[in-house]
Amino acid sequence: MSNDGVNRTRRQLIGVTAGLGAIGTGFAAVPFVLSMTPSARARAAGAPVEVDISKLAEGQMLTVEWRGKPVWIVSRTPEMIDSLKNLDAIVADPDSAKSIQPDYAKNASRAIKDKYLVLVGICTHLGCSPLAKLQAGAASGMGDDWLGGFFCPCHGSKFDLAGRVYKNVPAPTNLDVPPYSYVSDTRLMIGVDQKEGAA
Amino acid sequence: MQKVFDAMLGWVDARFPLIKTWEEHLSKYYAPKNFNFWYYFGSLALLVLVIQIVSGIFLTMHYKPDTQLAFASVEYIMRDVPWGWLMRYLHSTGASFFFITVYLHMLRGIMYGSYRGPRELLWLIGMAIFIALMAEAFMGYLLPWGNMSYWGAQVIISLFSAIPFGIGDILSEWIRGDFVVSDATLNRFFAFHVIAVPLALCGLVFVHIVALHKVGSNNPDGIEIKKNKGPDGLPVDGIPFHPYYTVKDIVGVAGFLIIFAAVIFFAPELGGWFLEHDNFTPANILQTPPEIVPLWYFTPYYSLLRATTEEMVTKGLLPLTIVMTILTVISVRNVLAKMAAVGIGSVVVVCLFIFEAKLWGVILMGLGVGLFAFLPWLDMSPVKSIRYKGWMFKTALIIFCIDFLVLGWLGTQPASGPNVILAQIGTILYLLFFFLMPWYTTFDKTKPVPERVTQ
Repeated sequence: MSNDGVNRTRRQLIGVTAGLGAIGTGFAAVPFVLSMTPSARARAAGAPVEVDISKLAEGQMLTVEWRGKPVWIVSRTPEMIDSLKNLDAIVADPDSAKSIQPDYAKNASRAIKDKYLVLVGICTHLGCSPLAKLQAGAASGMGDDWLGGFFCPCHGSKFDLAGRVYKNVPAPTNLDVPPYSYVSDTRLMIGVDQKEGAA
Repeated sequence: MQKVFDAMLGWVDARFPLIKTWEEHLSKYYAPKNFNFWYYFGSLALLVLVIQIVSGIFLTMHYKPDTQLAFASVEYIMRDVPWGWLMRYLHSTGASFFFITVYLHMLRGIMYGSYRGPRELLWLIGMAIFIALMAEAFMGYLLPWGNMSYWGAQVIISLFSAIPFGIGDILSEWIRGDFVVSDATLNRFFAFHVIAVPLALCGLVFVHIVALHKVGSNNPDGIEIKKNKGPDGLPVDGIPFHPYYTVKDIVGVAGFLIIFAAVIFFAPELGGWFLEHDNFTPANILQTPPEIVPLWYFTPYYSLLRATTEEMVTKGLLPLTIVMTILTVISVRNVLAKMAAVGIGSVVVVCLFIFEAKLWGVILMGLGVGLFAFLPWLDMSPVKSIRYKGWMFKTALIIFCIDFLVLGWLGTQPASGPNVILAQIGTILYLLFFFLMPWYTTFDKTKPVPERVTQ
């Protein structure tokens, strides 16, 4: 393309006009993009959930819905809690250093009280809900050396009874522990943080 | 009568290039005379697009995009709406047939080298159509709000959360419009599925045909018919699209409709392959189906995703990257290209150590789809068509086709035991078909290409 006979001032003005137009279009796109983010109603829907655990027998699990996600409450037997120590070598993140949990649940049993495990029942891989395979051994259909835990059927991730992920499975981190607190000895509040020094 | 008609035609033609368009794209569009069976699938894909749009319009008259109402409204269409079952089965069967025709259309392109110059852009537009089609199918699958719809969407949207540096979570939240798949997600997927993506699809198909008619059709011999013109200036091996190929394609349409109707009327679920049984229960937020399985047309890529474990990254992808880098460095002559290969190879190796397997699974899944776009530049054979290529290309393509089917089957099976190893081997073979193509197409012994098309 030849530039002979081009009015340079006009050419520059066209460039400036086009640039400003592009910037304006960019700004105009903002409301459209933001209209797709979670609405005020979706943000407000995260109300806490109170759960009665007085009827939860040892070795059993209860599922409640919180913020549209399943939350599990597992009443662990003493043997189940003891078994966790044996797993430190075969789980990927034994101390939950890379995983998401409130500080008061960042301990060996990943719970406020050792007995009750509270977890968000969503696999950290791609968001399936793992299956509870709480019983140790072949009874869970997981083989004789299974020590109890959770198994995600979608992509084969395995978790122990503290929601800690096994090595060499697709899920990168342990199952999340949601914020929760004890209202009384038999009532839990999911979504409200435990206060310092309480319980 | 004829006079009135001619006068009306003249009136329109003075105001719209009607005759010119007709001649340019149909009656004087010269296509190679040696099209075979494989050339049916382009026009059949267009037919399925029309079927999907028409049946889709009638479905939206009764469907409700609301988590409380969606599942029941689909049952209402099936049971209470007159002929509603036909509209739904046309649409659900059409979705699977869309992919059957498009996959065969793509295989045709790979066999006869239709992606080679000057048709690279035509192939890329086709790739855009393929990706839009996958988005369309994925979003449509959420709409019945069955349990597989819900958890399938949950898994696929979570793929985006694998993107590092905090971008992933923001992006997946933006796509869902909520913290989980919810009413907001259903409603926007409805909007995308019924207007945004179909509009883009129609535009892309239009551009695909415009690009095709600019460069002209390839043929089973991979010869440019425009290079051999008669004294009248027309290609000697060409025949006008209309009436020759319009008539041929109508035969294809008739054959296709027989099979299509047989599935709709006798086996609309096709034993769970076209409509999954787990989707006949409403979405349950607390209960994942025992196996999350996408529909068959996504399972090859799903297999690539599931095969990528920590072990696969260190024992499969790492050696693969190193070998490919060394091979490239040995093969290219340019020093700059050698340095670039070493640079890219080492960056990938470093990244393999930094990022977790989850991200690599998503990347491999993306490559599984995206690598097709690079075919015009990976294929270095002096000939286009498989008819004149040697044993290496033929073997590679046969292995790839079998591998694609095996990965597709594995994607429907539980990911445990030998299936995982098999899928990992399949993943490596899948990648090698593309990665090694510059070598096996270069060293392959080709046959001489004739001057004129053969019968």
